[in-house]
Order: sequence, then structure tokens, then C-alpha cells
Amino acid sequence: MTATLAATGVPKLARGVRLRHDEARGQWVLLAPERVLNPDPVAVEILKKVDGARSIDAIVDELATAFTVERTTVATDVDAFLSGLAEKGLIEVTSPVIGDAAS
Amino acid sequence: MSLIEEPRSRVEVPARPAPPIPYGMLAELTHRCPLQCPYCSNPVELDRRNVELDTETWLRVFSEAAKLGVLQVHLSGGEPTARRDLEQMIRHCVDVGLYTNLITAGVGVTPERLQAISDAGIDHVQLSFQGATAEMTDKVSNFRGAHERKLAVGREVRRLGLPLTVNSVVHRANIHQIPDFIELALALDARRIEIAHSQYYGWALRNRGALMPTRDQVFWALDVVEEARVRLKGVLTIDAVVPDYYAKYPKPCMNGWGRQSLNVTPSGKVLPCHAAETIPSLDFWNVREHSLTDVWLNSPAFNAFRGTDWMPDLCKSCERKEIDWGGCRCQAMAIAGDAAATDPACHLSPLHADLLALAEADAEGSDIYDYRRYFQPDRAG
Repeated sequence: MTATLAATGVPKLARGVRLRHDEARGQWVLLAPERVLNPDPVAVEILKKVDGARSIDAIVDELATAFTVERTTVATDVDAFLSGLAEKGLIEVTSPVIGDAAS
Repeated sequence: MSLIEEPRSRVEVPARPAPPIPYGMLAELTHRCPLQCPYCSNPVELDRRNVELDTETWLRVFSEAAKLGVLQVHLSGGEPTARRDLEQMIRHCVDVGLYTNLITAGVGVTPERLQAISDAGIDHVQLSFQGATAEMTDKVSNFRGAHERKLAVGREVRRLGLPLTVNSVVHRANIHQIPDFIELALALDARRIEIAHSQYYGWALRNRGALMPTRDQVFWALDVVEEARVRLKGVLTIDAVVPDYYAKYPKPCMNGWGRQSLNVTPSGKVLPCHAAETIPSLDFWNVREHSLTDVWLNSPAFNAFRGTDWMPDLCKSCERKEIDWGGCRCQAMAIAGDAAATDPACHLSPLHADLLALAEADAEGSDIYDYRRYFQPDRAG
């Protein structure tokens, strides 16, 4: 029962969650409170794009292009993965600002 | 595509890596603390301020930890905020890629200080509560007004957007408050709570008769925690440290000696666990004389009970030997008088019945605490 995230939403790692390369063990790790998580290679590619700037749509576009995979397949996988992270409180998904608020 | 969820207690490490790489380091920055909890796991002989490592040495130790492969540093004590250089240490940890966890009693920590700690880049805050009510917290910590101060710190931590864990140590006097501890964590918007049954080392061993719960209390507590875990899935993570005196199997202490973590004391001794100094035969190397990597790989204390070769036949032939890792060496020392014995918490230990009898007798003990004191009264020779 994974929730579906809005494709226009912008995910970012929650405070207290960090993605880093672990040189000593030669792998990527996601560090969270009292947790060390080992994302698999596909999860790492998604997590690298979770930067608080790209929307879920943009992440899917970039991955579909980079790995020449059907866009709908990527979209399903990304949604399932990010929904799981959101449920665990590891990412926050914010709605994009409507209009030209910056200026 | 997946995240392989690996809580601290279940991190997969190859059975006999040569050498293992530690994931976590407990940095006991000081033994100074305003509270006097009788369950404190610090040694009865506390390090004085004048033997504490200086800032420069701690910064070197953090750099060495990162190089060794440590991923998470737990800044603890005593009360770590008693160190005025805490923010400098946090910034350095961030610089060298270490994840920082502050383990605080939350007394005497102003909003300004918390802001500075947050700005320095702390990743996570663990806040202790000695009770779920002001009356209980103040009594157990022997500090009037402690509870209100802790609540204020908890709210401030969340206001700053930092993830919060409520840490509650339970024992005979407050074990009935477990449901209230959980409510307290929810009210503070914590994502995680640790319900840790008192472990009998250091001051807690000295106070065992006043802390030990009854068997009925323990089994009630296990049920309450299980029910809450299911009910609050996705809302609040509940991690429990089990009370092993009444258990069938020993706890996998530290997930194996010298396998995943290490501990540096205020004066710089490097220990495989925070209670290891209770084993008199071990000689602990100090970061003043050795690099952390040297200690981890080569110190006799770390190699004394690493892996499974040291085990008595009872453990060595057991199918759980790489699940329990022989249980706890300090408990074997305390109860069996031999650090290399099977942990008496194991139902196969010849001393298991004695341990249970001891727990049952202690559960009927006096409720008077011998509070942790930073300054020991002089004992006239």
C-alpha cells in the first residue's frame, strides 16, 4: 500500500538523512538516525538526483534518458521507491511554487 | 531497486572479515553531568575534568575514525554539552564526512546553544527522559525541574527541524510508565523512541537491587512494546533494549566484540564497549599514544574476544554463535567471574538459574538509590 506521490512534487532528503560514498567499504550508504542503509545501484542513481531542486518528473525524465528505459517503467519504479522513503520519513516532498514567486 | 533496511542491530557483515570495519564510534566527551541517575552505565570511577582529552586530540580522533571507516559518531558522556568545544567538534565531523548524533540529558542546554549545535551541522538528537512525568524524572535524575527543561529542549530540537529520539531507560520504579513514555515521544513529535531496560554495569550494577524489575513487570513491558510497535508503524520507530536477566538467550552485545563499534572514554582510552574496563585482565590503549586504526586492529583488548575462536566449547558448538556472539563479556565477568565464560543470561549456561534467582531476589530489594556522584567522597585510608 504505497502512496502515489505527485509527479510535480520536489523531493529532498529529510534533515538527519545523508547520502554518501563509503570509501572504506567501496559502496554508497544512506545515513539516518541510528540507521545505516545500503541502497542498491538503481536506488543510488535515484537518490543522487534527490536534491530539493528537481521534481519527480524531472528525475524520471533524466533517468529514462540516461538508461534508455521506457519512461512509464521508470516512473513506476521511482514512485514506488520514493513513496517508501517518504513513509519512513527519510525524504520530504514539497509542492513546487506556483507562479513566479522568486522575483 | 530497494533499500536494504539495516538497523544497527542487524547490519550484515561477512562472518569472518579480515579485518572488520567499525560502523559506529561512541565518543564519551566528558563524565561531567548535572544528573545523578542511578542506572548510569559510566564507570563508578569517573574521569575528572583535568584528564579529559583536549580539543585538538578529539579532532584528530574524529579524522582517524572517518579514515578507519566509521560512519556515525555518537557524541555522549556524561553530558556532552558540558564541553564548550562541542560545536567545533561537530563541524569537524561534518567536514570529514561523519554522521553526528548528540546524546544529551537536555538540562542546562539553552535555545541559543541548541541553535549553535544545529548550525554546526548536528544530524540527530537523542534526548533522555528518566520518567514520563515531572515527578519521576526529577526523582530518578535527582534534579528538581529536570523534566520541564527536557521538554523545552525537545520542543526546541523539533522547532529547529532536527530529528529527535526520546531515550527512556526503564527499571522497577518507572517501567509502568512505558505507555506514557510513548505518548511523550509522540507529543514531542519524535520519530523514534528507545525503551532501554537498565543494563547492569557501572553505577547500575551498584544499584541493581533498587532497579531490577519483577519478572511480571518485564513480560508486561515486552507485550506493551510489541503492541505499540504494530500500532505506530510508520509513525514512531520503537527500539527496545531487552532485559537479559530474565531472557532465554543472551543479548548479542555490541553485535560482537570489536566487530562494529568502538568507544573512546573522556581520557582517551579506546574500549570495545563502554563497560569493558570492568574486565581487569584487559589492557586498553589510549588515543594519546596510538592511532585509532592501530588500536582497532592491533590492541590486545580488541582482539581478546573478537570472532569466535575465544569461545568456550559450549558457545563454539552452538548454532547461535554468530547470532549472539557469546553474549556479553562484561556480564560474564560480573556474574561468573570469568570474562571468557558463557554469558549467564544464556539458558545453557550453568549459572543461568543463579542469574534468575539473583534477579528475583533483587526485584524484592530496597528502593533506595545510591545516586551517581561526579565527585567521590574521599575514603580515608
